[in-house]
Amino acid sequence: MQEQQHRIERQVHLPLSKAFEIALRNIRIRFGRSMITASGILLGIAFLATVITQIAAQDALNIEVTQELRMRNIWLVTLALLMSTIGITNSMLMAVTERFKEIGTMKCLGALDRFVVTMFILEGMLMGVIASVLGAVLGAGVQLLAIGFGQGWSVLGKLDWGLLSARLGMCIVLGGALTFLATIAPAYRAAKMPPAAALRVEI
Amino acid sequence: MASNEYVVRTKDLSKEFMLGGVPLRALDNVQLDIRRGEYVSIMGPSGSGKSTLFNMIGGLDKPTHGTVFINDVDMAQLDAQELAYLRCRTIGYIFQTFNLIPVMTALENVTLPTVFAGVPTDEGIERGIELLNIVGLGERLHHKPSELSGGQQQRVAIARSLANNPAIILADEPTGNLDLKTGKEIITLLKKLNQEQGVTIISATHDLKMLDVSDRVVWIRDGRIERIEERADLDIKVGEMEGVES
Repeated sequence: MQEQQHRIERQVHLPLSKAFEIALRNIRIRFGRSMITASGILLGIAFLATVITQIAAQDALNIEVTQELRMRNIWLVTLALLMSTIGITNSMLMAVTERFKEIGTMKCLGALDRFVVTMFILEGMLMGVIASVLGAVLGAGVQLLAIGFGQGWSVLGKLDWGLLSARLGMCIVLGGALTFLATIAPAYRAAKMPPAAALRVEI
Repeated sequence: MASNEYVVRTKDLSKEFMLGGVPLRALDNVQLDIRRGEYVSIMGPSGSGKSTLFNMIGGLDKPTHGTVFINDVDMAQLDAQELAYLRCRTIGYIFQTFNLIPVMTALENVTLPTVFAGVPTDEGIERGIELLNIVGLGERLHHKPSELSGGQQQRVAIARSLANNPAIILADEPTGNLDLKTGKEIITLLKKLNQEQGVTIISATHDLKMLDVSDRVVWIRDGRIERIEERADLDIKVGEMEGVES
């Protein structure tokens, strides 16, 4: 009967701006390591971007490429991206593990599981998207320079820039998506931990 | 100070952990009622189950058997969001290792619970400054935890625990990482808050300095309540101890 008098309300607030702020600070404060994490995805996407730019140049010059060579390129790019994803998963696992206590504390202060997940996903995505943008620019830039010096600058005029930009845009989306996939499991694991267990962890 | 209303009640509270495949009973049928406004110390050697009891009362872990009632609400019946609400507004937590968020300043740490509670930013900051003034850190608002001493960090943690005006403050070995003098200061501060703000304080500790300020001391051994001492019994004991010292 008394339970009727003392109903507990539900926690609903999910302060997104705070999650973003914390994510940004966590990246800044561990800048060196964030850079290493980000460079993994950066290099993967840069490689993809060089291949895409190369294909664009080949199309512009009507160069026939053997199926075998194309397959090999796809295979190499896939491998590179797989490695990047594994790398960023590992980094996020570490970032989450070393912050178990912090996560437990936040849950004690009223953070919802969703807040914790959001915080880590934002952190991962911030690194992933920035790294992907830089990777796409770097990869395409290097490849364009190589084409300019190797095959003459006139080739650049013949490129289908619209298609190339769209494909590079897809690279960035892919980079973001891979980072998201790499982050979700560690973040979810951390958020689901009972606070007592998270607080007990000693590293 | 304490009223006759119970803010915490536990019934047949038991907790088992699996330790190398063997169940270990950390808490064994604990019955404990705590009145609103009380200052209760849970004393016992390490491994006695006091931290487990702390976790159960705080809703940080689920009991194997039995129930914990906070303000007559059975915690086992709450879903994740209701539990988060309870942790946010009804209970304030203080830890042995302070557990401040390292990337945030003192003020940001104190205002974090108000952010989770959906309090408008300005109001939260105002509250944070007020609380940091109460714990004597009005001059250190924008310092990061790494720029504060242990005692100062614990003061920030105490201010943080009060952010949403909780009914209960749960402290797990709040003086465990502090030297004698700083520990005393922290205990005095907790007692002051208990008296001035009427907040119920439940502290798991093995710091005998806590005896002085406690309304009741619950002695725990091997997961059971060994005995409960009231203020009156304690006065005699503390007197004896002081007698020995001088």
